[in-house]
Amino acid sequence: MAKFNKKKGSELPAINTSALPDIVFMLLFFFMVATTMRETTLKVQNVLPYADQVEKLDKKDLVMYIYAGKPSARYQQSFGTESRIQLNDNFAEVSEIQQFIYAERETKREELVPFLTTALKVDHETNMGLVSDIKMELRKAEALKINYTTRTGDASQNFD
Amino acid sequence: MARRSTPEVNAGSLADIAFLLLIFFLVTTTIETDSGISRKLPPMQDENVEPPIIKEKNIFKVIVNRNNDLLVEDELMELKDLRDAAVAFLDNGGGVGPEACTYCEGAGDPTSSDNPIKAVIMLVNDRQTEYGTYIAVQNELVGAYNELRNRSAQRLYGKSFAQMEADYDNINYTGNKEALKERIEEIRDMWPQKLSEADPKN
Repeated sequence: MAKFNKKKGSELPAINTSALPDIVFMLLFFFMVATTMRETTLKVQNVLPYADQVEKLDKKDLVMYIYAGKPSARYQQSFGTESRIQLNDNFAEVSEIQQFIYAERETKREELVPFLTTALKVDHETNMGLVSDIKMELRKAEALKINYTTRTGDASQNFD
Repeated sequence: MARRSTPEVNAGSLADIAFLLLIFFLVTTTIETDSGISRKLPPMQDENVEPPIIKEKNIFKVIVNRNNDLLVEDELMELKDLRDAAVAFLDNGGGVGPEACTYCEGAGDPTSSDNPIKAVIMLVNDRQTEYGTYIAVQNELVGAYNELRNRSAQRLYGKSFAQMEADYDNINYTGNKEALKERIEEIRDMWPQKLSEADPKN
């Protein structure tokens, strides 16, 4: 009978966790593949306006981004508070937009160039003068497809 | 001499390291796609091209001034009324004879637009206008067109225009895509988005 008594006092066996790293790695790889890194560091304030008649902007590789707005707090010392344009990682002048568009086109395959869209990410407090200047430059560069990037919501919130 | 078995490597902290990486990627990455109002800019034109002559009654004038006030057809207006005013203008169908509009349901006022093909919305803004206001106005005007397109699509094909476009982009859609594309084009031709933007005034 001693044979049977022996087991009675023993503790619960430890749970085998050796498969845990596998599961976590699986999740890790999923997130590494499914997500894209933020490409540019914003140097301007960028509170987008609201709109509800929106279309999704698919195919991220076919989108060029132009940011505009007041320089962020830590750049205001050197760049002032007047609204500015940001292309890639740097502040830019209106006259540099055409060059930027041509440079972006160079990096894309030729058959995809007609499908390129320019996304304007403009702060809601920016004056239309700057936006009109940007649009004029885009017309000169024949980048006619544009998208005013907005947040989804009721448009009347823009007046608050 | 008997070979000593190698001691097992302790893999207990592997999970911790993997978790650390996982959390790093979770925090630093963005998964959302952007959305916004898509528009097409007019191509550059030669200076000496004569602008086409459009009748005054076919123009719906929206002016936004530097204080973000809205002036529609020379009257002050709140933003919330803009969409209905634009719908009423586009849907008016005041034309007679060859310019009559067969699918309009509006008042048929002879002093307003002849038909949606001729109707043009003109948007003028000041250089000092805020971008947020501009987007709100654009949003309402695009909303007016979408409303009318949805109405026609619902009447002709029993589903909304937005649904038709969504079906066309859906790869799992089982119906005939060619026919659907023709229908979408037809609705677009019925209500063409004629939104003209003048250069901003100071």
